[in-house]
Amino acid sequence: MYVTQGYHVRNAFLRQPMNSSAADYSVRKHHYASELATFLPREAIIDSPEELAPYESDALTVYRSLPLLAVLPETVEQVQRIMRWCRDNRVPVVARGAGTGLSGGALPHRDGILLVLTRLNRILDLDPERGIARVQPGVANLAISEAAQPFGLYYAPDPSSQVACTIGGNVAENSGGVHCLKYGLTVHNVLEIKVVTIDGDLITIGSQSLETPGYDLLALLIGSEGMLAVTVEITVRLLPLPETARLVVASFAAIRDAGNAVSRLIARGVIPAGLELMDRRAIEAAEAYARCGYPLDAEALLLCEVDGCPEDVERQIALAREVFTGCGAAEIRIACDESERLLLWKGRKSAFPAVGRLAPDYYCMDGTIPRRRLAEVLERISGFSVEYGLPVANVFHAGDGNLHPLILFDANNPGELERTLEMGSRILRLCVEVGGTITGEHGVGVEKINDMCAQFNAAELRQFHALKAAFDPDGLMNPGKAVPTLERCAEFGAMHVHGNEAPHPGLERF
Amino acid sequence: MAGDATLELQALVSGAIRRHSPLNIQGGGTKQFLRPPGSGETLDVTPHHGIINYEPSELVITARAGTPLREMENALAGESQMLAFEPPHFGEGATLGGTLACGLSGPRRAHCGGARDFILGMRIINGHGEVMRFGGEVLKNVAGYDVSRLMVGAYGSLGLILDASLKVLPRPETEITVVLTYSQTAGLAFVSSLARRSLPVSATLVERDKVYLRLSGSAAAITAAHKQLGGESHETAAFWNAVKEHQHNFFRIERPLWRLTLPAHAPLADLGGEYLIEWAGALRWLKSDADPTRIKKYVREYGGHARRIDGADTAVLEHADLPEPLMRLHARTRAAFDPLRIFNPGCLHPLL
Ligand SMILES: Cc1cc2nc3c(=O)[nH]c(=O)nc-3n(C[C@H](O)[C@H](O)[C@H](O)COP(=O)(O)OP(=O)(O)OC[C@H]3O[C@@H](n4cnc5c(N)ncnc54)[C@H](O)[C@@H]3O)c2cc1C
Repeated sequence: MYVTQGYHVRNAFLRQPMNSSAADYSVRKHHYASELATFLPREAIIDSPEELAPYESDALTVYRSLPLLAVLPETVEQVQRIMRWCRDNRVPVVARGAGTGLSGGALPHRDGILLVLTRLNRILDLDPERGIARVQPGVANLAISEAAQPFGLYYAPDPSSQVACTIGGNVAENSGGVHCLKYGLTVHNVLEIKVVTIDGDLITIGSQSLETPGYDLLALLIGSEGMLAVTVEITVRLLPLPETARLVVASFAAIRDAGNAVSRLIARGVIPAGLELMDRRAIEAAEAYARCGYPLDAEALLLCEVDGCPEDVERQIALAREVFTGCGAAEIRIACDESERLLLWKGRKSAFPAVGRLAPDYYCMDGTIPRRRLAEVLERISGFSVEYGLPVANVFHAGDGNLHPLILFDANNPGELERTLEMGSRILRLCVEVGGTITGEHGVGVEKINDMCAQFNAAELRQFHALKAAFDPDGLMNPGKAVPTLERCAEFGAMHVHGNEAPHPGLERF
Repeated sequence: MAGDATLELQALVSGAIRRHSPLNIQGGGTKQFLRPPGSGETLDVTPHHGIINYEPSELVITARAGTPLREMENALAGESQMLAFEPPHFGEGATLGGTLACGLSGPRRAHCGGARDFILGMRIINGHGEVMRFGGEVLKNVAGYDVSRLMVGAYGSLGLILDASLKVLPRPETEITVVLTYSQTAGLAFVSSLARRSLPVSATLVERDKVYLRLSGSAAAITAAHKQLGGESHETAAFWNAVKEHQHNFFRIERPLWRLTLPAHAPLADLGGEYLIEWAGALRWLKSDADPTRIKKYVREYGGHARRIDGADTAVLEHADLPEPLMRLHARTRAAFDPLRIFNPGCLHPLL
């Protein structure tokens, strides 16, 4: 069979790491750097191990790898040339925003370059009349709301990492936040993006109208984890700041009651702006950290924020109070002013670092389940906690059914990391088993690549690969992430069937 | 299971694949006017029908593609919930599958989101005859690419929709409609400025010198908003239904009818006809005899899209709507699902 030269070279490269010598590696590194320097300023290319070190992982630090080089373009045109160069030279390329990702999505490829987008950090246009902002991908999520605030507007999706994470990263992960139950995820708040493909083409996806005829490639690209194209510009929808926001905090003597209160409240027709649950360990840690006045005798705390016009807010507070009391709340507090509201939120928002002080390491999981299964799933997670001898703290987006169990461990104890990862996988499979998913908002990255085999069958995985190939035929963008190969799933031995359904055999494709 | 025709549909699709013969997917047949006549054998999806799962406390409903929209709306109304994108039916027997394939949304679009915004998951058959499931019944899910949303508005060309799970919302406690008097240009400016104000507006319509606003929410909130906005009260349910279903007077007069989707702030061009404006300015119906190229030119200039929809026998998109390299991505996306172009060929675009 005839094999084109290009194809040959690519395979040779991708297979090289196993047996390539250190000398060879450094030759390639220099060669690449000098080629890139023909169209990039020298300071946009990082090649020394010391300067590359901060880029070796994202916020999931158990996975680390140095890229050959990192490049920090300052213009869209530079991004286009970098991508074209990668294609022509068959070099893997991994995009990176702020590196706050929690699934290893921006983990560098040992034989590739890391495309760092933080220098594309300008707000290009903020039009209060039209309620839109056009920004570059390296702009921090919070910076958009800060810029919009003088006009009484904000950008709704608010991940807890919003001070640091970039809007480009949010698009890649379809990030959510505390307020997405009512205001939606990234996919609901982005109107248009400009992307650069592996061919170096600059393409506008979506539009500033409410409908863009043709395939909804915007929805496809949002949440695609940097596997299909690099986002270089984003137009987001801004919302008017709510007239009033009030926070109701309810404590419960049993976590089951708090879980039930969540579904009951929503069944009563209330869509809170945010509905968060914290368990005892999280409450204690947050209180010790932020001194926010949480009751320390509670097994669970619900933070329920309602917003809108004062009349609606009053009515929703009354309903929330009624539902929480009916579910056995021990104490219900309504923040009486803005400073108390912010203080009570501060505990929730600092819960991750607060829990982080309880153990040398923690592992943040992210799965979604139907809300009505909350109580049951939380109980089974505490069962795992006993079984593996690893403490767990729960602080999560209860309104969305989006769990974030934090497993506490000490990586220095032999075997503990492995036990933690195994327990994490058990939790994710439990999510799938009750009709949920292995990731609600943090993405698959490298972390959950094996767990994908539990959620999708061979035909579905093949379909994902076909889509990937439609955008990136040579598989150069973020290789090895997000979608496992069928071989990998066979090895992992967990090919699963949805629910109790028999698999549909389907036609063999190849 | 009664109403589950998955295996039958799969067998029909597989047969068509073997014969390389295209299929013309059909639900209730109410939206034929939105697409060119199909060339292939008709594949009737209506035997695959019924609500599979409805959990009011989860705000989720899952139904088969052939389920009449009416049946879903009735079930939801029984629990004081609704399909918040308020899809038009365009006739008796409209199904969920056809609604999603055409990506149709109604008067709430600008305020609550469109069909694509409420999709949580789907089961589909692709052009290899494989039954596949993407997404699920939970509100947040980023495992794998978002294939289910991609099916919305694809006019069937990426696969046959079997079942879909949708997020639903509580019905507002109260709804009223108020009428204000403005010139059409000022009315457009007014409705498009609503995006900046937190008012409980759930639909807008600008017709000649009148602006109609629908307000939805708690009784107290509605009263407060009405006081702030002023205006006369007007009939609500029947009025918005007529607008949505094109039974409003505007749609009765025989002249070419155009559907323009535009950024809400695009100026109102004089295109020798009459406008009816929805979606806070982003959807404009135009009745006009003007030269089609003139209409399209104006709309493209503002990054929008224009389509003549009365007796449309052309594809949804024409060549100029998808310039390279966007066209290439579309063609490759189609090929990734249906390389033999079995499903509804030429319906969305002459080359797709
Ligand atoms: C303390 C903490 C709290 C968090 N809370 C939340 C939360 O509440 N909700 C939530 O959803 N997430 C949360 N996260 C996760 C994380 O912040 C988000 O996933 C965020 O969107 C990542 O943005 P980033 O700029 O850091 O992206 P990175 O980590 O740099 O990259 C993430 C992925 O996006 C790709 N990528 C980045 N930029 C681009 C681009 N321009 N074009 C194409 N691909 C690109 C990368 O290749 C990678 O796959 C949290 C993380 C931490 C550490």
